[in-house]
Amino acid sequence: MITFIQGVLLTLLAAITIAIVRQRNLFGVVILAGIYSFLIASVMMVLDAVDVAMTEASVGAGISTVVLLAALHLTGSREYPPAHAALLPLFVSAVTAGALIWGTAELPKFGVSHAPIHQNTAPKYIEDAAQHKMPPNMVTGVLADYRGYDTLGETTVIFTGGIGVMLIMRGRRRKSKGSDAKSKSRERSA
Amino acid sequence: MKLDLILRVGTKLILPFLLIFAFYVHFHGDYGPGGGFQAGVIIAASFILYAIIFGLDAAKRVAPQAIVERLVPLGVLIYASAGLPAMIFGEGRYLDYGVYGHEFTHAHEWGILLVESGVITTVASTMLAIFYAFADRGTR
Repeated sequence: MITFIQGVLLTLLAAITIAIVRQRNLFGVVILAGIYSFLIASVMMVLDAVDVAMTEASVGAGISTVVLLAALHLTGSREYPPAHAALLPLFVSAVTAGALIWGTAELPKFGVSHAPIHQNTAPKYIEDAAQHKMPPNMVTGVLADYRGYDTLGETTVIFTGGIGVMLIMRGRRRKSKGSDAKSKSRERSA
Repeated sequence: MKLDLILRVGTKLILPFLLIFAFYVHFHGDYGPGGGFQAGVIIAASFILYAIIFGLDAAKRVAPQAIVERLVPLGVLIYASAGLPAMIFGEGRYLDYGVYGHEFTHAHEWGILLVESGVITTVASTMLAIFYAFADRGTR
């Protein structure tokens, strides 16, 4: 049953990706990207990663859709067809995709418990969490306690990103005010 | 504007539940899925919903831009300073939550909650500040 649900979800994901590539109306692209995020969130639900699903649904489908729509309001919602055939980008994409798919052949099978990622620190966290009577949600325990330094770094990354966006989007206003003052002073001198 | 009625009433109905759900996700992060990050995004989303339906100015009266932008670094400060008591009163290990209580589970729950409060502050205010920055450009 799980395999069937996953098959349906992944097929829909592929269909939506093709629709996004073919769509020229950027408003449609943003909405399709929101649907894509909801589908990925559903896939995460099926994989029992509820925390990730929640984040994907709220950030991917919620906030980023709104921010992209706000950006479309500034830029206009039509994508112009390319002036010439994009053969070189197509070649680069095809080679990169080929290399990535070739790389996955060496990876351990999906969901196998003896994969290296499940052998390194994860067993220690699980044992310690039970031994120390940590809060029941182990994800929170790992994020905020065992990996407290990493999460401090992530919070700083969000802070830095926000400051960067604010500087880019609001910096122009101060400049235009400055140019206003300049033009006024020019008017005065003239 | 007549068509807005359903959206306006619907939004007013949804908003309190959205905010309560956000704080549920935050404070219940130790036991259920979620935590500071998800809760922060849900809070920001509820403010953005308010701004979309009732206008940017109404949202800025509820959450003034200047305050929102000051909350962005404050969250990082809360998180970073949550580790200091361990260095001063504890065994000198930064972000060691043992100092927040006598019993292990209790102390660590407090530590996680404190740290997540920093995360929720930064995430919610950053998302809202980014939305304000984009929306401001559109209205000028």
